[in-house]
Amino acid sequence: MKHTRPLLLLVSLVLLPALCRAADEGYGYPFQGSYEATIMQTPPALKPELPKKIRVEELVLDVIPDLKKPDVFFYNEGLRCTFAYQKEKAPLVFVIAGTGGSHKAPRLMTLMKALYQAGFHVIILPSPTHPNFVISASHTHIPGDLTDDAADLYWAMEMAWLKVKDDIEVSDFYLTGFSLGGTQAAFVAKLDEERKSFNFRKVLMINPAVSLYNSIGQIEGLLDKIPGGKDSIVTFFNTTMDKFTKFYHRGEFVALNDEFLFKAFQEKLLSTEEEGGVIGTVFRTGSAGMIFASDVMTNGGYVVPKNRVLSNTESLTDYFWVAIHLSFFQYFDEYFLPYFQKKRPGLTREALIEAQSLKSIEGYLKSSRKFGVMTNENDFILKPGDLDYLRQLFGERAKIYPIGGHGGNFEYKDNLAYAVGFFK
Amino acid sequence: MPVTIRRIIIALSLAMSLTGCATTATLPPEVPPMHSVSEIKDERVAQSKDSWEGFNRTMYNFNYRLDKYFLLPIVSGYEFITPTFVQQGVSNFFNNIEETRNLTNSIFQLKGKQTLMTLGRFVTNSTLGIGGLFDVATPMGMPVRREDFGLTLGYWGCGPGPYLVLPFFGPSSVRDGSGILVDAGIRYALVSAINPDVNIGDEWDTIHAGVTALEAIDKRHGESFRYYGTEYPFEYDMTRYFYTKKREFESSK
Repeated sequence: MKHTRPLLLLVSLVLLPALCRAADEGYGYPFQGSYEATIMQTPPALKPELPKKIRVEELVLDVIPDLKKPDVFFYNEGLRCTFAYQKEKAPLVFVIAGTGGSHKAPRLMTLMKALYQAGFHVIILPSPTHPNFVISASHTHIPGDLTDDAADLYWAMEMAWLKVKDDIEVSDFYLTGFSLGGTQAAFVAKLDEERKSFNFRKVLMINPAVSLYNSIGQIEGLLDKIPGGKDSIVTFFNTTMDKFTKFYHRGEFVALNDEFLFKAFQEKLLSTEEEGGVIGTVFRTGSAGMIFASDVMTNGGYVVPKNRVLSNTESLTDYFWVAIHLSFFQYFDEYFLPYFQKKRPGLTREALIEAQSLKSIEGYLKSSRKFGVMTNENDFILKPGDLDYLRQLFGERAKIYPIGGHGGNFEYKDNLAYAVGFFK
Repeated sequence: MPVTIRRIIIALSLAMSLTGCATTATLPPEVPPMHSVSEIKDERVAQSKDSWEGFNRTMYNFNYRLDKYFLLPIVSGYEFITPTFVQQGVSNFFNNIEETRNLTNSIFQLKGKQTLMTLGRFVTNSTLGIGGLFDVATPMGMPVRREDFGLTLGYWGCGPGPYLVLPFFGPSSVRDGSGILVDAGIRYALVSAINPDVNIGDEWDTIHAGVTALEAIDKRHGESFRYYGTEYPFEYDMTRYFYTKKREFESSK
């Protein structure tokens, strides 16, 4: 008996890679490459069948009373959330969108339908980096701090709950978030332990960042590899669009649709570096909106002249052009860090970076069994070592798929089934 | 028709007057921002110029208000009272009428195969599809191929001209805007040719107005675009870019 244990260990070590491969083969998500998966996401045929019509409405919340909104944001009426509800008593899942994502982010709408089908109420909140949130639900109007953003999210969730609680019956509260929203979910759950408004029973982090600073480094790194580097981001974008235009004209395409995109990727229209560049550009487009919204709300003088009053018909094109050229690092060092140093004298750059990480609350995360994480081995927002860290933190509650990039497999039927099953 | 024109003029002047409302309060002097255009050595996002940007942004905001206070409430009412299959039938019906626009412009562009396909669609849906209420042609392998006079002009080498945001119709260009007028003229001529009595009598006027209103409601119902729906501060620029790009894709094909 004494000798069988090492033997068993040896056998399992030999067999392990084979078993993993078997698992790989059993996983039918089609796109192997990380960037390719992130861009192409899930083909419609591989998404689960979901109800077409559900009971859903938009909540518009007056989160910060007496908030002064500049004329240039005249269309902002409050924080917009999506609310799907059951007739019967049911658990309610709060969903936090990913970087730059709105309350109508397509993949979250899919998750909402899957949860609804399984009998949950759902409320989707926009990401604290989305202009709608920056303007109407952020108390500092300066997004990116996990503690502050979690407090704003928590307050927004309480307001949303206040608005709907007379209309629905809720048995339990759950929480989930995608990407940055996944990381934020952990901080929101921690706050909930003190405030106890919801007592979240389970929290699922989907493709979270372990450290925000590392993840922005990973994303910015994608733009270092484009021709001319990150200062030529728009030239890169225009060149890429031209490639697509020419490809469209060559082929027998009838419309700009999934089929066209799929063909383009099948024929390797873009190199791997270019695919990465496209992802980097999308992130920068989101951050440009976030930076502008924050700058106007705080009169920060970052891209808009300080004290300038923008009218609602004034051209914003130049601000767009400037803001899309600002890296996440610039935002951190020139805008974000000075704000926090002014507020908390003595705060070091390193300490602020540390605070934007799951490691800063790992004691709590380890102690609680309510957490689960779902991510992919080739998610490019993670640095080497991050996956092991997540495994170590969450043990068997870490579900790690072999492929899928950053959320590319989010709407894949197995993934959605796992996410829904987690709350069941 | 004159009533409609008068309404448009009133609406336009209302929209224009709104721009005059912005007043500058006494504020501390402006300070240049940390980052500005002078430091950027890169291409512009949209390479075509937006020569009428002030007017266009005003019109963009006007359409937002037109939607919010007028069209979208009507559309929601329509969606609330009519069953989904009726809405689908109405959409199919008007789409089938629009096949005449696709057809004439396919002919103008001398696209033989596409002309036949569009004609096939129109005939099939008008007969088997009971006057266009059902789209039976698509599942039979005859997909819709959108054409309009703006695209025809583009096909024959006419550039889009300055970007133009039209009331109700939304993002357009000088070329595409004129195209809308030409297509409307052709349709009017076709309808009159088929039924010369159309313009006689009050009853016809009423019916005609009703049908036009229903078509407008159906159009807005079928269009998921919402002005400022993204709440992205640069939505106007994005919309302009993607509209221009989309038409560029379509018109040279």
